[in-house]
Amino acid sequence: MSGRAWCGVGLVAVAAIALSAPLGAQRIVVRPGSAVPTLAVALEQAVPGATIVVTAGTYKGPTITVTVPRLTILGEGWPTFDGEGERELLVIRADSVTVRGLTFSNTGVSQMQDRAALRVIESRGCLIDGNRFRDALFAVYLQRSTGCEVRGNDIRAAGREETRNGNGVHLWYSPDSRVIDNTIRGQRDGIYFEFSDGSLARGNVSEGNRRYGLHFMFSDSCRYERNRFKGNGAGVAVMYSKHIVMDGNGFLDATGSGAYGLLLKEITDGVLVRNHFEGNSVGLLMEGASRLEIRDNDFRRNGWAVRLMADAEDSHFTGNIFAGNAFDVATNSRTLRSDFTGNWWDAYRGYDLDRDGSGDVPFRPVRFFALVVERHPEALMMLRSPVTSLLDIAERVFPVLTPALADPRPLMRTPR
Amino acid sequence: MSTVSLVLRAGVRDLLRSRWLLAYGAGFWAVTEALFLFGGSGQQVVLSLLNAMLLLVPLVALVFGTAHVHASREFTELLLSQPLSRRSVFFGLYLGMALPLTGAFLVGVGVPLLLHGAATDAPRLALGLLAASGALLTLTFAAIAMVIALGVDDRLRAMARALAAWFALTVAYDGIVLAVVSAFGDWPIERPMLAAMLGNPIDLARLLVLTSLDATALLGYTGALFRQVFGTALGPVIAITALLLWAVLPVFVARRSFLRRDF
Repeated sequence: MSGRAWCGVGLVAVAAIALSAPLGAQRIVVRPGSAVPTLAVALEQAVPGATIVVTAGTYKGPTITVTVPRLTILGEGWPTFDGEGERELLVIRADSVTVRGLTFSNTGVSQMQDRAALRVIESRGCLIDGNRFRDALFAVYLQRSTGCEVRGNDIRAAGREETRNGNGVHLWYSPDSRVIDNTIRGQRDGIYFEFSDGSLARGNVSEGNRRYGLHFMFSDSCRYERNRFKGNGAGVAVMYSKHIVMDGNGFLDATGSGAYGLLLKEITDGVLVRNHFEGNSVGLLMEGASRLEIRDNDFRRNGWAVRLMADAEDSHFTGNIFAGNAFDVATNSRTLRSDFTGNWWDAYRGYDLDRDGSGDVPFRPVRFFALVVERHPEALMMLRSPVTSLLDIAERVFPVLTPALADPRPLMRTPR
Repeated sequence: MSTVSLVLRAGVRDLLRSRWLLAYGAGFWAVTEALFLFGGSGQQVVLSLLNAMLLLVPLVALVFGTAHVHASREFTELLLSQPLSRRSVFFGLYLGMALPLTGAFLVGVGVPLLLHGAATDAPRLALGLLAASGALLTLTFAAIAMVIALGVDDRLRAMARALAAWFALTVAYDGIVLAVVSAFGDWPIERPMLAAMLGNPIDLARLLVLTSLDATALLGYTGALFRQVFGTALGPVIAITALLLWAVLPVFVARRSFLRRDF
């Protein structure tokens, strides 16, 4: 690039800074009883790029719609927008809007619409940062919006039953979104992704929600990392998506007949690494999940660590720890097309004569008793009866019924 | 009443001199101690201890009880020749055998628990239930042993029957239940299953301890009725009541056969 061109770029930059500085400086303060008593009034005056500061107080009144782009709406001293049980609170229909430090409360329940405390419609690049949501039907609802970030919000609901409850962070046709470091409790689904490709969920805590901690459908190429899902009614469900990466999440305490630490349904080409499954009725349930790499995960104290349905194909389990589970692996089929190699099993009783770190005798993780229970759940009453151990031993000596599934190189020491 | 306590004391003194009883208590002590030292997490310790308890307690109570009743046969006959009520002699004999056994079990399990209990993350409630149900099982199987020993004079035969009873209740019973479940699994067999569990004290003890652990969640997997029974306070109450009944009923059967028996 020639010197002249560099000068041109410099001039444009200087001009841009000079122009934007006075505009960006527009600052409107919303204060009850002042000339600007509500956010709606402030929005009438605001130009693109303005900052609106909302001071402490409770604000009621009709739903507010933001149509001015590049706004920053900033709460000072946690101003509260109160829906009085009747309406949505804030709707954003403009690009690059930031909402920070507000409290949204009490949208009420609606059976007619998915009422959301904060809804973003067909916008790009919004930032929903550090707000509080109390008793919202839906808290944050991104609808056909692209590249938005929902970060550090504290979302709490009273945990009403599923039919009268909505989701914490709800993404619908909103690709490239980022949901980071939020805390969500007592909603229906903590985080919900639908038709939102290329999105990210990181560092969220989703606990005690009525249905799923994370509910994930038709969203390809998403990542979720270092989230913690605990005590949610049905655990976490990830369905009908490709190329998903799940790294370092905790799936904890999902208990009940329809609860799974993690349910993978029709998932292909995904990666599951360094996750922790503990205290679930079923740790990982795979239904129609194929070509997955399942590596370095911890399965501890679950009823079933892994349940593989017959249609789960071509997945590879390596370097996982299986400890203290009532059943390590269960399946409804005799032929399994997934493989386990080099995992650590607390039930392994083999030896390692050649000292290469892995046992010389293959480990068969599917217990005979697990097969019986798979067919007749009532048989679970016999859990830890001596008879089940006898059956397992008999099956080990004359393996006729359990699937040929075996870990050919079970680890002698825990990998971590 | 003083006759009961006299016979009881004689029995206890006799048993305390027996090396078998000491070995039993010491064995449980060693097992519990080893589990605490090498058994992994607290939950694992409880589960391993539960397995050991369910196998050993009925076996030892049956074998030891049968042998003891036969061994003290002459003493019993001597007592019965005295102007003592048969009832008192019976209770003295039974308690003189059952209480030292219970004591040995409780000491064997309890002392390591007291020593290590504070240091482990083992659930207290489960450990307490384990100790309590072990004690109740001892009472039950000591009484069953008496029934067997009073019914069969031949020592070897009585021992064989005791072992058969142990096998029947620990292994065969559960095996049959499992077989029935596999055969009739398509019918609603939850209620009969629950009834079957009430019919075997060993199963009751197992479920009682299991439900106080996280395994409740797992059992809750099986269906509404089990959740209803074992997911709530009702389950343990039913199980404990049934276990108590199981501890008392065989004693009355044994008493009956003792009172009617021609020595």
